[in-house]
Amino acid sequence: MSAPLRPQTLAELAEAVRSAARIVAVGAGTKPRLSAVEGTRLSTAGLTGLVEYEPEEFTFTARAGTPLRDLAVALAERGQYLPFDPPLVAAGATLGGAVASGLSGPGRYRFGGIRDFILGVRFVDGAGRLLRLGGKVVKNAAGFDVPKFLCGSLGRFGVIGEVTFKVFPRPVSALTLRLYAADPVERLKIIRALGRSRYEPEAVEGVPDHCDLWVRLAGPESALAALASEILTRFPGLREAGTEDPLEVLRELSWAAASDTWVKVPLSPDHSVAFTTELAALDGVSHQVGAGGSVGWIAIRESASVPAVRDLLERFGLEGMTVRGDAPLWWARRPRPAIESAVKLALDPCHRFPPLDS
Amino acid sequence: MPSTASIERLAAILSSDRFLTQPEALSAYESDGLTAFRTRPLGVAIPETADEVIALVRACRDTGIPFVARGSGTSLSGGSLPVSGGIVIAMNRLNRILRLDPEDRVAVVEPGVINTQVTAAAAPFGLHYAPDPSSQSICTLGGNVAFNSGGAHCLKYGMTSNHVLGLKAVLATGEVVEWGGPGRERLGPDWCGLFTGHEGLFGVVLEITLQLLPRAECFHTVLAGYRTLEQAGDAVAAVIAAGLLPGALEIMDALALEAARAAVHAEYPPGCEAVLIVELEGPRETVAEERVRLESILAAGNPVAMRPARDAAERLAIWKGRKSAFSAVGRLSPDFIVQDGVVPRRRLGEALRRIAALSQESGLRIANVFHAGDGNLHPLILFDGRQPGALARAEAVAGSILKLCVEMGGSITGEHGIGVEKREFLTDLFSPDEVDVQKRIRAAFDPDGIANPGKMFPGTGAPALTHHGLHPLEREGVIFRE
Repeated sequence: MSAPLRPQTLAELAEAVRSAARIVAVGAGTKPRLSAVEGTRLSTAGLTGLVEYEPEEFTFTARAGTPLRDLAVALAERGQYLPFDPPLVAAGATLGGAVASGLSGPGRYRFGGIRDFILGVRFVDGAGRLLRLGGKVVKNAAGFDVPKFLCGSLGRFGVIGEVTFKVFPRPVSALTLRLYAADPVERLKIIRALGRSRYEPEAVEGVPDHCDLWVRLAGPESALAALASEILTRFPGLREAGTEDPLEVLRELSWAAASDTWVKVPLSPDHSVAFTTELAALDGVSHQVGAGGSVGWIAIRESASVPAVRDLLERFGLEGMTVRGDAPLWWARRPRPAIESAVKLALDPCHRFPPLDS
Repeated sequence: MPSTASIERLAAILSSDRFLTQPEALSAYESDGLTAFRTRPLGVAIPETADEVIALVRACRDTGIPFVARGSGTSLSGGSLPVSGGIVIAMNRLNRILRLDPEDRVAVVEPGVINTQVTAAAAPFGLHYAPDPSSQSICTLGGNVAFNSGGAHCLKYGMTSNHVLGLKAVLATGEVVEWGGPGRERLGPDWCGLFTGHEGLFGVVLEITLQLLPRAECFHTVLAGYRTLEQAGDAVAAVIAAGLLPGALEIMDALALEAARAAVHAEYPPGCEAVLIVELEGPRETVAEERVRLESILAAGNPVAMRPARDAAERLAIWKGRKSAFSAVGRLSPDFIVQDGVVPRRRLGEALRRIAALSQESGLRIANVFHAGDGNLHPLILFDGRQPGALARAEAVAGSILKLCVEMGGSITGEHGIGVEKREFLTDLFSPDEVDVQKRIRAAFDPDGIANPGKMFPGTGAPALTHHGLHPLEREGVIFRE
């Protein structure tokens, strides 16, 4: 394979897109299956850095190839953060890759996912034009919301060069509780009770391959102590000791092995019961239920289990996306409406970017 | 004009009492919340089911007759202004809440459901629907989705789009699509995100799945009065710099205060030229801690007076004054235009000084009520439409305000949309390529240009600007322009 294109400026990015018939954008490669497609590789590694950061605006603009960990450091210096917890920060994931993959982590429970914090984007369409859509202010209703659309677009509609995000002040303190659940039904009851509670947890996450829940509270320290003790009188559990945040293994997906096949499966909470029950019965498969039962992650160690996983998703009408590993990109994908191909053609008239289905 | 046969084909879809063509019946649909524009449609279809809407859209596609979907007609950008030679599809009878699931905090609604009805239905379960445009007691969710409506809580909670989990819609091509669902996470590009804010240019929404949030246990609302608008602006900056994330941060200037005093007998501290409203919310322990911090931050800004609401009634009174400010301005002036621009929050003071200068130059009074937390300005330009040229002068000032918002790195609309009103300003914000790509997306959804044509994109069949005064409901203080 020839060396990837490596533009250093947004103008060079547009030029790079125009230079090849098939373009596959790649960031740090932390979610390799999403870009495992034929074509000339275009690396965003040369497009890095904060372009603007206005802490008093709760916004920043950065180049697509900027590692999220650099952004996290810059935001933390001003007491701010990305509340949706983009995954694989320590692994080196980039901002553009986070947008293109559309993945969010545990923090998405409280204020929403990556699509809820993106404000604006500069990207190159299939005609090789550098375009700016959305804006740089936290409230904006001008024009079609292409920035949101590009969340999860996997480089199939354009290559992202620069992104503007809304950020929030980081809560002054946080703590994590582990609530015990004997089975997935009991876990669902706790998830639902917390969903309508007064506690406003930041995250409600299933412990991998387990029915217990991690509940993360954030806010002023004195308030958290009171909330934690009330929650622990309602639900059996304990306060996680130590300074390490136990949710870090979820943000980094480090509960799964790098050699596993990772599949993201959107869920609704009621599906979380069957999801856990059935996956727990399979050999060579780990799983986790996140975001208050809104998402499931499957890590497949043994390829012999692939048919059983596919069968499970089909039976429950669930869809999946392979993020890592050697498996088809989409699992149990429902038929695509004609409009999706029409919009693809509108943004990518010469099929420069990978097709929607591979 | 379309042939009689074409119109008859549309009319045949509904019983005759639900396809209006008589001039007196049509007149009620000629205008929306942007009363300066008026167009008589060919007919008004009043479907009662999603299947009827689908049949109407497909018949429009086959006959080439344009359509404009309309809810309560509160659009302030003229988004639901009819198209001459086209029909209006009045969505108000598709007004059922199809499912309310308190366990998973989801509501599935038809597009004619009124915004506040969702919260009313969810309230018994301790839940609410967050987006709260000021016309929420009358505007429909179909309209909210089409225009990605905002409200007073957008800094913390986002806009309509941030609360739409799923959509079912009939596109202008006649295709019926379903995207998303009750879950919070999804795969692939965000189709619901693209569709929300389409301004009626993609098709008609048939069903909306909304996320509901638990209502905060505790609210703490403070009203602080300042001697100058600038001090109120500085107080906002101080609150933000302290790392607080209030649910709402609102400012009213002296003229807006005068109006609210006159209209709803709102009481404000004497001697203040501006009022800041800050609302904290959350679990009681968190609010108890944060209110102490908030009050010391505000006190440091030297307010004339600081009035924390002591109970729910006092909190409601503060909000009543704020929410009534727009219609209240109607008492100060026969007419007004409300503008909807956004500037970066740190440049609010500068924007307000420049707006004041525009007011002086034009001789038109301008009241300011705005969502300070998110930089969303709502200058109200007062004029008397009976004076020749007054409307044009007011429009010119409104245009200058939009241009200064763009120049300052903001936007020409925070929550009203482009519609008819701002389409000539679209090119101030977007390059020709950027307008083109949006036209290409639109053409994918609507290749024949029959869905709400003449909106959002500049230079397409401009309707005449005429003066018609306040919306009748606005006069009565039922709806507010912001």
